Amino acid sequence: MQDRIKYWRGIEELENTPEFAKHAHNEFPEFLPLNETQGESQSSEVTAPRRDFLKLLGFGLAAATLASCEAPVRKAIPYLNKPVDVEPGVANWYASTYFSHGDYNSILVKTREGRPIKIEPNPSSGVTPLGTSPRAQASVLNVYDNNRLRTPLIKGKEAKWEQVDREITSKLNGINGKVAIVSSTVISPSTKQLIDEFGGRFGNFEHVVYDANSASALLGANGGVVPGYDFSKANIIVGINADFLGSWIAPTPFAKQYIKNRKVNPDKKEMSRHYQFETMLSLTGANADVRVPIKPSEEAAVVTALYNSITGQGGSAPANFDKKAFAAVVKDLNANKGKALVVSGSNDPAVQTLVTAINQALGAEGATINAAAPYFVKQGNDAQMIRLINEMNAGTVGAVFFYNANPAYDHPLADKVVSGLKKVGLKVSFAERVDETAALVDYVTPDNNYLESWNDYEPQRGFLSLAQPVISPIFTTRQMQDSLLTWSGSKTTFYDYIRNNWRKIATGDFNKFWEKAVHDGVLENGTSLLKTNPAAANTLTAAAAASSLSGRRAASGIEAVLYEKIQIGPGYEANNPWLQEMGDPISKATWGNYVAMPRKMAEEMGLTQDTVVKVTTANGKTIELPVLVQPGQAQGTVSIAMGYGRELDSMPVVKGLGANAFPIATVANNSVIFSSPVKIEKTDAISPIAQMQTHHTIMDRLVVQENTLAKYKENPKEVTEYVRLTTHDGPVKPATISLWEDYEYKNHHWGMVIDLNSCIGCGACTLSCHIENNVPVVGKAEVINRRDMHWLRIDRYYSAVEHEEGDYQTMEDPAENPSVIFQPMLCQHCNHAPCETVCPVAATMHSSEGINQMVYNRCVGTRYCANNCPYKVRRFNWFAYANNDKFDYNMNNDLGKMVLNPDVTVRSRGVMEKCSFCVQRVQLGKLEAKRENRRPKDGEIVTACAQSCPTDAIVFGDMLDPESRISQILVREQGERAFHVLEEINTQPNVTYLTKIRNLA
Amino acid sequence: MQHVSPIREPLVTGGKTYHDITEDVCRQVEAKPNARWAAALAVALVGLAIFIYSVYRTLWFGIGEWGLNRTVGWAWDITNFVWWVGIGHAGTLISAILLLFRQKWRTSINRAAEAMTIFAVICAAMFPVLHMGRPWLAYWVLPLPNTFGSLWVNFNSPLLWDVFAISTYFSVSLVFWYIGLIPDFATIRDRATGPIARRVYAALSFNWTGSAKAWSRYETVSLILAGLATPLVLSVHTIVSMDFATSVIPGWHTTIFPPYFVAGAIFSGFAMVLTLMIITRKTFKLEDYITLEHVESMNKVIILTGSIVGVAYITEFFIAWYSQVEYEQYAFINRATGPYWWAYWSMMTCNVITPQLFWFRKIRRSLTATFIISIFVNIGMWFERFVIIVTSLHRDYLPSSWAMFSPTIIDIGVYVGTIGLFFTLFLLFAKFFPVVNMAEVKAILKSSSGVHHHKHATMHGTEKELSTTNTHHSND
Repeated sequence: MQDRIKYWRGIEELENTPEFAKHAHNEFPEFLPLNETQGESQSSEVTAPRRDFLKLLGFGLAAATLASCEAPVRKAIPYLNKPVDVEPGVANWYASTYFSHGDYNSILVKTREGRPIKIEPNPSSGVTPLGTSPRAQASVLNVYDNNRLRTPLIKGKEAKWEQVDREITSKLNGINGKVAIVSSTVISPSTKQLIDEFGGRFGNFEHVVYDANSASALLGANGGVVPGYDFSKANIIVGINADFLGSWIAPTPFAKQYIKNRKVNPDKKEMSRHYQFETMLSLTGANADVRVPIKPSEEAAVVTALYNSITGQGGSAPANFDKKAFAAVVKDLNANKGKALVVSGSNDPAVQTLVTAINQALGAEGATINAAAPYFVKQGNDAQMIRLINEMNAGTVGAVFFYNANPAYDHPLADKVVSGLKKVGLKVSFAERVDETAALVDYVTPDNNYLESWNDYEPQRGFLSLAQPVISPIFTTRQMQDSLLTWSGSKTTFYDYIRNNWRKIATGDFNKFWEKAVHDGVLENGTSLLKTNPAAANTLTAAAAASSLSGRRAASGIEAVLYEKIQIGPGYEANNPWLQEMGDPISKATWGNYVAMPRKMAEEMGLTQDTVVKVTTANGKTIELPVLVQPGQAQGTVSIAMGYGRELDSMPVVKGLGANAFPIATVANNSVIFSSPVKIEKTDAISPIAQMQTHHTIMDRLVVQENTLAKYKENPKEVTEYVRLTTHDGPVKPATISLWEDYEYKNHHWGMVIDLNSCIGCGACTLSCHIENNVPVVGKAEVINRRDMHWLRIDRYYSAVEHEEGDYQTMEDPAENPSVIFQPMLCQHCNHAPCETVCPVAATMHSSEGINQMVYNRCVGTRYCANNCPYKVRRFNWFAYANNDKFDYNMNNDLGKMVLNPDVTVRSRGVMEKCSFCVQRVQLGKLEAKRENRRPKDGEIVTACAQSCPTDAIVFGDMLDPESRISQILVREQGERAFHVLEEINTQPNVTYLTKIRNLA
Repeated sequence: MQHVSPIREPLVTGGKTYHDITEDVCRQVEAKPNARWAAALAVALVGLAIFIYSVYRTLWFGIGEWGLNRTVGWAWDITNFVWWVGIGHAGTLISAILLLFRQKWRTSINRAAEAMTIFAVICAAMFPVLHMGRPWLAYWVLPLPNTFGSLWVNFNSPLLWDVFAISTYFSVSLVFWYIGLIPDFATIRDRATGPIARRVYAALSFNWTGSAKAWSRYETVSLILAGLATPLVLSVHTIVSMDFATSVIPGWHTTIFPPYFVAGAIFSGFAMVLTLMIITRKTFKLEDYITLEHVESMNKVIILTGSIVGVAYITEFFIAWYSQVEYEQYAFINRATGPYWWAYWSMMTCNVITPQLFWFRKIRRSLTATFIISIFVNIGMWFERFVIIVTSLHRDYLPSSWAMFSPTIIDIGVYVGTIGLFFTLFLLFAKFFPVVNMAEVKAILKSSSGVHHHKHATMHGTEKELSTTNTHHSND
């Protein structure tokens, strides 16, 4: 064969010497000095040759330099097999349900690449179709909470599920005494049934339900359910210490109903009138037309007087009371029988019995109260829980399970819970983290997050909804219901259990029915699954209640009220930094609780804001908290929020913030009373309260406008004041005099209308915006430094004390009982934007669709734009907020970062940011329309704030489309309620506000 | 040929000869540093160290190290910037405008004043860069051709005008100052004994020969540069004032700002020149060159500009009332009576009241009084910028966003640090460069020094002509 070679690699091949043959298989037959540098073959002898030294040095230097320049390598692992339905870059939506301690929301969960990243309202729901509560918005972060338990615990040590199951099962088999499951309200029909089945095999079993913020008396007076209030049907609403828009019973549905009858337009110039008698200035009181501050101890007198007046027993206003306001209430109620509603937040059975009687006398039943659809969201029975605590202390309880309940923290008898627990043989908690109660139990068997679970709910009779998992459990947790099934020896999963349960109500083919129910998230054909507990009903008659109350006397001394903050609730979700950073709708305080005190009391005691006081409660416990001077707080009272004072390592976000205020609650006659007399002493300490707003009055400026319904009916053209510039041709609109050319919008012109009459100030929009746009959390110290990053904030103004025109000093002080107005404030997307002209590098400019854009990559951070913004809506990244141990929130750990919206850049330090009109949503909407070869439909593109608003106060849309809702509103309200903030600066905003109308008595 | 009135006070006292001038000025450069200078430098270096540390904190952790917030986006940073730029103005005014007006008394102070300008502008220029969120991208404010697409700077932005104004001002001032130094460097070169000193000064003097042609070009260039620098005295602070005047913020949006800022700049600049001069003449024993006449002349400028500033303050109030714009009215009432009233009244006291003391000749001619008042003016002018920036921003349109500003230790560190930087540079200059322009002082020696003036009053005209010619050739 060799002979046939005609071309040789060299003379050696031709000759085919033995030496050549030896190397013939090598690519490089000659010696190559490769091994010299590799040093593998002759490891000990060979070192790098001298002549390579510089080469290596150079390479090493270059490599080191390059490596230090380059961003760290982040691994992205591609799908080996792409999951069905997961399209990278495309969001999937799943219907689900959020329910936590009374806060019910039917929701849609947005997932990206298998990660839930956003909660939106489920428009198919009849209960909460419009928006969500702030807590529901923020709940998406809870699933990524690094402090959740990763495995079950046995006596505080990590354990395997098999071991836990083995031990609990064997202990349950030999149980002596009572077996109790302690939970907060359960509105899941299947769970309730499962709990009953689980308990069925024990001789002595009880499912004890209590609520940290109890509505026991209300339930008692109404046959064990919350009456089916419908605020939309009421022309006259009287609230007595019931914060039904913020924290009482079912705020999200109530807000929707309430605002339905408060919206006005040229075709509907009627709205309800709302009276509020309350101690603390609540969100509800802030929205009331007439608000009368009362002490908690005066509640009984007010209700009795109302009862007597309405039932014609000639009641008159209680002593030291606003007689005019009271007379107006009575007159209005009598004139609106069948169209009036009275609600009370009291937990006194007698008071609630009277309120029920008042509503009956007013003919509310069947009108403003839908008897067929009572609410189930509160079922706690104080007496039952108190009895259990006593039994525990008596040693007659053999096993206790805690599900969504933390009585060692949030029950007034927490001390007795702690002591009682020592006498219980088997203690199990399903808590997702080691909370105060879980720290005392033998077994913690962590429940899944709700986004990892199947569940069903019935918040209101006839309104069923489902929850489905949108992510597989991140940790080795197990749903509580599955644990119960396992311990009952059942092999079914809870998913099958729910399905089986729902077969009872299925119509037609079950699979189709089930698929539709899961898809819609709701089933609202009137069928009901949930069993209620009528035993909770009390037997008090109205007359007996009235006579028992008539003996009550208003207490002297300072009365303290324990209340629930809209964003923190009873404190179960307190470890969520988004919720902590959300300002309280009224006080605008973040990160902690405080003693809200009327100014007069503060002055009398020589206290100023931020001074720490020692509050000694009736049971001798002390609470040390700073003072917040709160206008509207009833004289002689203070209020303190629950949910704080956590000293748990499992709650690092809230650890060390505020103090536990539950000691204010007391137990009397088997009910929990949320107010009690306290003593207050001044201390020398100062503890600054992190308020997002520190100036509270409007300073007689025309930035937010309001008027009365009477005026609106008389002449709607006069309710809004418009600024006109004086010229030699007479007064003209500021927009007609301009230095700049107007933009021409050819395709779209995005705009927003915010109806101040619909905005209740709840703050759901602020959180929704925060979450949608990856806005960083900055923490308490930085909020004190006034560096919060909220793109959308709600400005809250109190009316000032009586003052002369131009008396600036006096007008800084809020009135004692101020009227309150809320104004959502976000980038106004000015057509003549002051920020755009001043940026030296043109990092902020106007889009061809009217959006004022911020180009993060171009921003060098001079902050000139923020200074020149009259609305002060621009936010600067003072530090790196992501990957920074100083800001150890969700953006500083890999798990927490999962919640980030991949469509929105995480901003680096040193750049400006602000509301973008959710440009990512606008672009997505346009792209989807384009793919289908059509124009975007009105309502298809919605900003996060507008979507999450429970009262539909925010409307976003294309102002160039004459058919769009926004265009129609603008046409309808032009010259009547529509106004621009600071019109005289001629910024020509794309955000229009509608004047608030008050129905004053 | 100029005529100098025989009754004018002499500009150089003590019967100095040309050689005396050379000796007196070069002594500082040639002698070993004295203890007082070394001590001063040590203090200045501590300031510089503070500056470096504060800048490190700012750059490494972010602007959050300062006390700014979402309402007050600028505070000490821009206050310091405007203050330093303002201080710089005196140097340019003295050397350029007074040169054009043939004010001979400027010759003995213009060198130090110009040096002060340059160092002040260096200090000032730190702030526009440092106050940026991402200072490593500071070059983006330059209209450079780039690969970012069609990205260009925004010519509408006053900050961009600032970039041009400050950089032009700095380069022109630097060149002007340096041209003036060349003949003096040559003098030092000629006297230098050490080989290194000789070489260094030779290089610094661009091998100046002192030929008639060189002198003629020197004069021409000085005149041209003076012509260029003169509009800059007016333009730089006009443009700086536009950072505020073109905005929409009440208290900033004011058409009076350009003249008001220019007057304020000269006011503060002269005060700073006085502060420095009084120390320098004492330390370096230059009492015969920087005389009481100089001090008094500068004090007169201070009364004038201080009064202009005072009128401007009052005019702002009047216009706020006259405009009937509620936001504008509140901005000014808030300045005087709001939470920052102390800053406003510090400003009023230091800037409007104290300079009026210079109406008294005794005070005007008292070095101690002048020194104290010059410090007052420096403080007052700092407060003026603080008042304009912070009190306008902290309570603008929407009361919901009203906030207070309080500086952090880093804010203070950066400010104190720039003073350290300034004095470090100034002390190095005073040691290694001739602090008085020898060539130009010699030019006025015959005409304006006491000795020659009184002895040869009749020969005055001829004498002066002669002396000018002589000066041109004497670098001894």
